Amino acid sequence: MLQSKTIEIIVGIFVLLGLAALLMLSMKVSNIGGPGEGSGYKIEAEFLNIGGLKTRAPVKMAGVTIGRVHGISIDEDTYNAVVVMNISNDYKNIPMDTSASIYTAGLLGEQYISLQPGGSETYLAEGDQIQITSDAVVLEEIIGQFMYNQAAGGNEDGGNGGGLDF
Amino acid sequence: MMNAVLAGVIGFIRYLGRFGLGFFERLGRAHLFLISLLLALPAVLARFRLTVVQMYSVGFLSLVIIVVSGLFVGMVLGLQGYNTLVDFGAEESLGVLVALSLVRELGPVVSALLFAGRAGSALTAEIGLMKATEQLSAMEMMAVDPFRRVLGPRFLAGFISMPLLAAMFSAVGIIGGYFVGVGLLGVDTGAFWAQMQSAVGVREDIMNGVIKSIVFGFAVTWIAVFEGYDTIPTSEGISRATTRTVVNSSLAVLGLDFILTALMFN
Repeated sequence: MLQSKTIEIIVGIFVLLGLAALLMLSMKVSNIGGPGEGSGYKIEAEFLNIGGLKTRAPVKMAGVTIGRVHGISIDEDTYNAVVVMNISNDYKNIPMDTSASIYTAGLLGEQYISLQPGGSETYLAEGDQIQITSDAVVLEEIIGQFMYNQAAGGNEDGGNGGGLDF
Repeated sequence: MMNAVLAGVIGFIRYLGRFGLGFFERLGRAHLFLISLLLALPAVLARFRLTVVQMYSVGFLSLVIIVVSGLFVGMVLGLQGYNTLVDFGAEESLGVLVALSLVRELGPVVSALLFAGRAGSALTAEIGLMKATEQLSAMEMMAVDPFRRVLGPRFLAGFISMPLLAAMFSAVGIIGGYFVGVGLLGVDTGAFWAQMQSAVGVREDIMNGVIKSIVFGFAVTWIAVFEGYDTIPTSEGISRATTRTVVNSSLAVLGLDFILTALMFN
């Protein structure tokens, strides 16, 4: 049989481990938890619509993850979405005229930011803003546009007025 | 001829009646036992060191099986979930799948089943042997209340340990799922955690999981301690009581889980 002091210490460790597990589970939910973002520099981009983009979503260039979305906020003057990206220090020479687009990974997947490099000789640094952006594609808008175009096309061809003939 | 058949039928009905009476008698004894146990709790809390010693054998010694099972359950969830989700191009949701299944269901239920097998059976056997060797009667002779000295601390230790073990099971399971999903199968780290964080709620998922594990801990230790106390004081009686502990508490956990899930997630 172990010494009662040793047993008390072991039980203390056991309780601490259990509480640590609970804490870890709770931290998962808020954004405090998870592995750190590592070192990097931050750049911004403005979008009219970011769709379902979330913080910590990947930032990719040519399909390679080079950073993560650090924060999303609203510009109070223009009402555009301002996305702050944290780019890894390994990728220092991203041209100034790079463009940013929001894409969806797969049909139901998560949204991410894709950077298409330009040809400029100057490179983006901490706090710079990407000027050329294209917004997230909202599926409802595309379907709406498609329906509208179909209806308009049907009218021109048949001239029998009204109705959605696909 | 007719008389023989009639006697057989009556015998069967009598058997059923005896079975039913025995069942309700045991149920009544179990509840009276619970009341004595709860009445002894203030005295147990006053001498908390006895409970700490029990938490070592009930909680800490169950840690290895809980952590190992949690790790493997999480890793299997990661593998299976990935294979299904990848067909829909939604493998980033792996974190959500692993975390929700562990926190809501598998964590509390599987750890309670393991706890019943590992700690519950040991409690029953220990108390049963104490009864068979008349240690409990000897204590009563010396005016030492076995409820305060033996049964209460064991009950309280199981009740406290179970939620802690379930939390560890879930946490280790999520790490196992992360290890397989992100480490082996190449799911994106950020998406894994971010989707998990946005889908798992503190109140509706984690708190409900904790409540489940508290209820299971109560049920399993109650059954284990009662079966030990209610043993027929022979070696065969102890072996039967140990079996009953594992069977009854597993059934109780599964039944309670259905009821709690229906109440919580409706």
